[in-house]
Amino acid sequence: MRYVLQLLIIICFSFLGEVLHAVLPLPFPAGIYGIVLLYAALSTGMLKVRHIKEASTTLIAAMPVMFVPPAVGLMETWSSIRDVWPQYMFITIISTLAVMAAAGWMTQGAIMWKGHGKARKEEQDEK
Amino acid sequence: MKNELHTFLTESVYMGVMLTLGTYSIGLWLKSKTGWALMNPLLVAVVLTICFLCVTGMSYTSYVRGADVISYMLTPATICLAVPLYEQIEQLKRNFRAVVIGIAAGVLASMASILALIVLLNMDHVSYVTLLPKSITTAIGMCVSEELGGSVPVTIMVIVITGITGNIFAERFLHMIKVREPIAKGIAIGSASHVIGTAKAMEMGGTEGAMSSLSIVTSGVLTVIAASVFASLA
Repeated sequence: MRYVLQLLIIICFSFLGEVLHAVLPLPFPAGIYGIVLLYAALSTGMLKVRHIKEASTTLIAAMPVMFVPPAVGLMETWSSIRDVWPQYMFITIISTLAVMAAAGWMTQGAIMWKGHGKARKEEQDEK
Repeated sequence: MKNELHTFLTESVYMGVMLTLGTYSIGLWLKSKTGWALMNPLLVAVVLTICFLCVTGMSYTSYVRGADVISYMLTPATICLAVPLYEQIEQLKRNFRAVVIGIAAGVLASMASILALIVLLNMDHVSYVTLLPKSITTAIGMCVSEELGGSVPVTIMVIVITGITGNIFAERFLHMIKVREPIAKGIAIGSASHVIGTAKAMEMGGTEGAMSSLSIVTSGVLTVIAASVFASLA
């Protein structure tokens, strides 16, 4: 029973997401509007995590298997990308490492900078 | 008689569902047996399903007519990502500036590096928008690809390969480029290689794992905004 109600809530947000997608002229997918709406409902306290906990955990856990059917569509488009596949792989690997380096360096830099700032402030306080 | 049987089997709605769940189970089993990142259950399931369809001559159309039942819940499942995001936001608040700067830098680096390489290799707009969402979680990534006019199946495969690349190389690469801070490691792995990389981050430590999972949805949502701007650049 609990699952039915939880699923109903989640489906309602999916529907609202779809409505926003149809109404707003922004290039954002329906799922994104749904995430934003559900997040807003949770953070304003209108909805509690326990109201959707079990159903949402199950759906997230089951998500990878839902990607199989659309991904198998690769066999239909394969002929059009067969020749550029090595380029795709090259871009994928290089850009993955670029993201890792940029995010890692910037986060580490910001943490060290903050630590440095704090240390300097303490130094001044001591004086 | 043989022909009728063949038609019945390839036209049955349950065939597509069985095939999807069956090949995915084989993938899960291979993953737990070998522990290799390359044995990703989604990747294994896709390869096996395509092999099966090619061998039996079953068409993609009749496969997907049954299998679509499984994908029907994809949007509701995607929306549920708001729950972990909400639960993790406390951790984001604690290191707010560093985390936001890190994730934003990751998203920009992703867009900029793909744009640069696409221009360099002289590739078309469809390839560009297909690759743009490659570092984010599949659910959001395939929506972005579809919205911008990319090829959804290719995007899914590229996302999985990105995750596997991150999972395999993260530890050595981060050591090589001297990223030592656990928070920074987690953010780097999560923004570059989403859920599949996060599995690695969790092995590396609690902080790494938590920061990596936090980056998944955050960088996904940021990418939606960034990609809609970047899509018009090539």
